[in-house]
Amino acid sequence: MKYVSEYRDRESAIAYADLIRKLVTREWSIMEVCGGQTHSIVKYGIDQLIPNSVTLIHGPGCPVCVTPIELIDQAAEIAGFENVIFCSFGDMLRVPGSITDLLGVKASGGDVRMVYSPVDAVRIAAANPDREIVFFAVGFETTAPVTAAAVLQAEHLGLNNFSLLVSHVLVPPAIEAVLSGEDCAVQGFLAAGHVCSVMGYTEYEPIAEKYGVPIVVTGFEPLDILEGIHMCLKQLEEGRADVENQYLRAVSRDGNRAAIEIMRSVFEITDRKWRGIGRIPDSGFSLRERFAGFDAGKRFEVGSHEVDEPEICISGEVLRGNKKPFECEAFGKECTPERPLGAPMVSSEGACAAYYRYRLSRKR
Amino acid sequence: MDTRKITEITCPISISDYPEITMAHGGGGRLMNDLIGKIMLRVFSNPILDARHDGAVIAVGEGRLAFATDSHVITPLFFPGGDIGALSVYGTVNDLAMCGAHAKWLSAGFIIEEGFSMETLWRIVLSMAEASMKTGVSIVTGDTKVVDRGKGDGIYINTAGIGIIPPGIDIDPSRITEGDAVVLSGDIGRHGMAVMAIREGIELESTIRSDLAPLDSMVRDLLREELDIHCMRDLTRGGLASGLNEIASMVDSSIRIEENLIPVQDEVQGACEILGFDPLYVANEGRFVVILPRENAERAVEILRQHDSGRQAEIIGFVEKPQYADVLMTSSIGSERIVDMMSGEQLPRIC
Repeated sequence: MKYVSEYRDRESAIAYADLIRKLVTREWSIMEVCGGQTHSIVKYGIDQLIPNSVTLIHGPGCPVCVTPIELIDQAAEIAGFENVIFCSFGDMLRVPGSITDLLGVKASGGDVRMVYSPVDAVRIAAANPDREIVFFAVGFETTAPVTAAAVLQAEHLGLNNFSLLVSHVLVPPAIEAVLSGEDCAVQGFLAAGHVCSVMGYTEYEPIAEKYGVPIVVTGFEPLDILEGIHMCLKQLEEGRADVENQYLRAVSRDGNRAAIEIMRSVFEITDRKWRGIGRIPDSGFSLRERFAGFDAGKRFEVGSHEVDEPEICISGEVLRGNKKPFECEAFGKECTPERPLGAPMVSSEGACAAYYRYRLSRKR
Repeated sequence: MDTRKITEITCPISISDYPEITMAHGGGGRLMNDLIGKIMLRVFSNPILDARHDGAVIAVGEGRLAFATDSHVITPLFFPGGDIGALSVYGTVNDLAMCGAHAKWLSAGFIIEEGFSMETLWRIVLSMAEASMKTGVSIVTGDTKVVDRGKGDGIYINTAGIGIIPPGIDIDPSRITEGDAVVLSGDIGRHGMAVMAIREGIELESTIRSDLAPLDSMVRDLLREELDIHCMRDLTRGGLASGLNEIASMVDSSIRIEENLIPVQDEVQGACEILGFDPLYVANEGRFVVILPRENAERAVEILRQHDSGRQAEIIGFVEKPQYADVLMTSSIGSERIVDMMSGEQLPRIC
């Protein structure tokens, strides 16, 4: 078992697609919440295998995409300060703020470093006591425990030159925001397998019950997604609305208790603004009072100003699943991965970027 | 064009887009192609350069020469499977081979940082000598500059080379026709991931070795058999995807490849999965594609497989009439997708 190639097997994929075709009696719309799943669907062409009567709606689950533009501006401003080493995950570096992106700051002389884990940033802080190290803490419940661990480690080491610009966001409130929208067309969800490997899936049970939608915890490989779609459609056809787990090899109902605990000890729940969607109550994490010293937002004096999204951009509707990227006038014209107008075009996991990369006709 | 006019041309990459060079401009993707196309080609334009081959092909009397250059700025200087010395020789030799030329003479330019270890320099120079010997080129001229500490990354090496194209060889992308086969010389992604793993301290169960290798002997064996090769391209920065896009953009055809036929080592695939990379875009230093008539493709594969770095050669696709994109791929599960050129470099994903 390599846990990769066997989940990309062509014959099994076709067999699953057949099962789905035999099962479906009417039109259904399913949302995959996570950008990683959107990316797999478009990259492998999973949507081409399933019947036309099943619509896959791409959800808001790309942490890079939904990070508000104001926060990216703040990050860029802090990263430009003389004594700062600004650390970030790779795919945040290219996300444009209203003036520049972090790669632009680096090109202008800022010390911007790509790290694979916030713990690396702590290591840099320990090695550079004369510099201020700031980590851009972005991501869903998947990355939040590691950020929390980094804070505890920095505290343990007594570091006073390490801080975080926190923009962690949470999945369940986003699902509720989608479901409570007036024009919501989503009838079932594929929940993000990696988020549930940390959190488990008990918090989805009340949502499934309240809104009467099936939710299937699903992995990221083509066969995972096809199986998740099949499980979700089976519930819909049978009139059920339960939480089921496709991603058995990684997810248990209660999740990773140690990770949840460490996260809760460092963060508290707060309202967050999502780029393209707006403010969602109780949808993110901020540092608890005890860790306020690690809050880069408090440590550095940076301007905060509201920035409007370009009018032509329909990213909010794309992120809520009401429109496909192709339906946008600017798609592939004014808006490209090199010059993105809206959130879903900025990250490789955004729906618009995935369509641009794998689908858009470009032969002269 | 007189000098006065040249200085009046305004910079075509608008300052509001990119007031400064970013790392992505060197990543082998669309931004780099834009930079070359809009700035270098526009100003330097001439028929030899505009052919946009891996090297320049120049008619001299009855014969033809190929001329190529390559700069090497790699960190770390030594990596599993090679070092900057061998890389600097093979890089240029391989570019010349892609024009069908036998590399003969190289120049070597060194930019060395003050404080650089003499012993390390010696190891690099010995490695260059060994690589030259293996490929039968002579380093016939050179230059050495030393820059202040902190103004260089240890050592940068530029090489330029001249090779002779034997009579009767006509490698020219414009000869690519529908139905031609695309042959890949081996598994992809090893160089990029080998360097990445060391540079970023990613610990894997087994070490990934760079695929760094001279391509000249493989090319020579291919050319010996009159396989009517239409185009060859070595797959360095930007990987297989960028190489195929560059080829397809020069002709009025599309290329269709099959994902399941592209060899990728398990370790490379695994490292790519961890970082969210696509091996199609990862750099190689000893791999190339050959485009030639379908009926000669099996033979080309046989020839390549007789060489150490061609053991995994495969026919990975075919040239088709123009489709809605330059390069298309049948995915592992049998659906279709575009293989686009990258914007800049691949960046590791959050999740």
